Amino acid sequence: MSLRNIGIVYRKELTDSLRDRRTVISMVAVPLLLMPLITIGGGVLLIRQVGQAEQEVPKVMVLGGEDSPNVRAEIEKLTDVQIVPSKPDYSEEISNKEIRAAVEIPNGFDTALAGGESMTVKIYMYEGDLKSGFGADRLQKFFRDLRDRTIREELKARQLPETLVRPFDIEQQNVAPPEKVGGAVLGGLVPYFVILLCLTGAMYPAMDLTAGEKERGTIETILCSPVSRTHLVLGKFLMVLTASLATGALSIFSMAVSFGVGKHLLLGVADGAVDAALQITISGKAIVSIFLLVVPLAVFFSAALLAISLFAKSFKEAQSYLSPLMIVIVLPAVAAMLPGVELSTPLSLVPVLNTSLVSKEIIAGTYHWNYIALIFVSSCVYATAALWIAVKMFQREDVLFRS
Amino acid sequence: MIEAKQLVKRFRDKKRGEVRAVDHVSFSCRPGEIYGLLGANGAGKTTTLRMLATILEPSEGTAIVAGFDVRKDPQKVRSCVGFLSTATALYGRLTAIEMVQYFGRLHGLDEPTLARRIDAIFERLEMNEFRDRRCDNLSTGMKQKVSIARTLVHDPSVMVFDEPTVGLDVMAARTIAGFIRECRDQGKTVVFSTHVMSEVEKLCDHIGIIHGGKLLAEGTLADLRRTFGMQDLEDIFVKVVEP
Repeated sequence: MSLRNIGIVYRKELTDSLRDRRTVISMVAVPLLLMPLITIGGGVLLIRQVGQAEQEVPKVMVLGGEDSPNVRAEIEKLTDVQIVPSKPDYSEEISNKEIRAAVEIPNGFDTALAGGESMTVKIYMYEGDLKSGFGADRLQKFFRDLRDRTIREELKARQLPETLVRPFDIEQQNVAPPEKVGGAVLGGLVPYFVILLCLTGAMYPAMDLTAGEKERGTIETILCSPVSRTHLVLGKFLMVLTASLATGALSIFSMAVSFGVGKHLLLGVADGAVDAALQITISGKAIVSIFLLVVPLAVFFSAALLAISLFAKSFKEAQSYLSPLMIVIVLPAVAAMLPGVELSTPLSLVPVLNTSLVSKEIIAGTYHWNYIALIFVSSCVYATAALWIAVKMFQREDVLFRS
Repeated sequence: MIEAKQLVKRFRDKKRGEVRAVDHVSFSCRPGEIYGLLGANGAGKTTTLRMLATILEPSEGTAIVAGFDVRKDPQKVRSCVGFLSTATALYGRLTAIEMVQYFGRLHGLDEPTLARRIDAIFERLEMNEFRDRRCDNLSTGMKQKVSIARTLVHDPSVMVFDEPTVGLDVMAARTIAGFIRECRDQGKTVVFSTHVMSEVEKLCDHIGIIHGGKLLAEGTLADLRRTFGMQDLEDIFVKVVEP
């Protein structure tokens, strides 16, 4: 094994690749621009959308209730909804987003309310539509307040305490630290992007250094040199790994900075789940841990991409092989974000999914050292196997001179 | 010195099954000589030369190149061989000097020796004007000079040229022809493949006619004319390949 020769090949490939605009874009520009765009840009957009939806006075329809002037008069006094004339095709209007919600007041509502009879008020809305949800919420609040007020008045009239109908309260309280709450909400996204960018960062150089060389005719040139094919492939592999790790490191750095800036800009402005997500703090320890776990994964990606691209005759053919691979890699990374998918011994052996799951836990501040060790070792085994295949592929004449 | 001994190269083809691209080819070439392999496309010239340059491994037989066996010491063979073909392209994003430096380093030259050799080669081939220009931005003739410099940087004793003039204009082809003669005059062993009769007539001391992977006829131009009773090399070639 000649480190000198591997170093010569690596230095040349590095110089060559850094002069290639496409490699630089995938290695540097994408992680540095994509992360702020997703975290800050996405956050601002989300908050703006929610804010706009909240500020809108939703158009709602009141169906029935002609025999209940009291409740109708009270609804019409509401300032946070706009009552529009009722029509029989209200469900179609809700579906077409012409109105946001409709409420159906049962016949004899006022009389029944005064007489203490039970009734059901139906609210119609567009499930999943934010603005429709706000419209329905406002109608629901109105009727809930009316119900509570009626109960209170009834209890007062009978000189009974309010606790009669509400003997105790139930309160949920979060005991998890804010970073863990944030980690649970957003933690899955971080490894997803880091893994995805490690893959995309390695993809272009892997194709360029193998199929690209075949297409340009330089593969025969380099095979004329006295350097062994193992040294050649290792030099090329190191370049692809550099691109993968650089992309991964830049994306982690960019994400940490983006979260810091995004948090500063958006915290307090947002609420609910968004505010919880903003509590996320990516500590230095988490960054180092994730990066160390990503290293064997990057080795695996680099070697696998190199071996697959080497088989292709042209850059275009390599692209057609690697595009489906993206889906194969992305699926387990996405699976790690699904609720209920948690670290276990069998899942610790599934490449990509294992790193995604453990990174998610690390971001939430939990370090399962037994799983971390198992994942690191299994990823190293997969990486070694992929590298061995890449070296073997580079020895095969039918692969190098495939026609 | 090159001595090819019963070289065979078999490939597996999906449609045709096993194909013998080279079938028991033997010939020798001494230092200070040019041996021309003459054959049509697909005759087995490139495969033969790739085996001599150890880019491909022979299925059977072997060759001794500069005293080393292509099967046993392929790396030592490559360090003594300069291989040039139209398929040996340049790295477009490297400059002319970086391209030559890269191959010099791969051949194990130390930096002072490399610098001296590059200075001499660039001076001799008049390459200093474009030494810092990227290969992508060079003309065909300039690219040919860089390729030549790349093959010469380690001062090989054996030169292998695989159809080096294909696709070149007259001036670039003349540069290559002049370079091949110069290699012979310097005492290098030169093997040269082509399907252009005039190039063979002008350059080669010995000629081997290859067809269907087999070496069908061999000798000096005078030997071939005498054996086949014909003056024109093209007529001789046709007579050999279509008896």
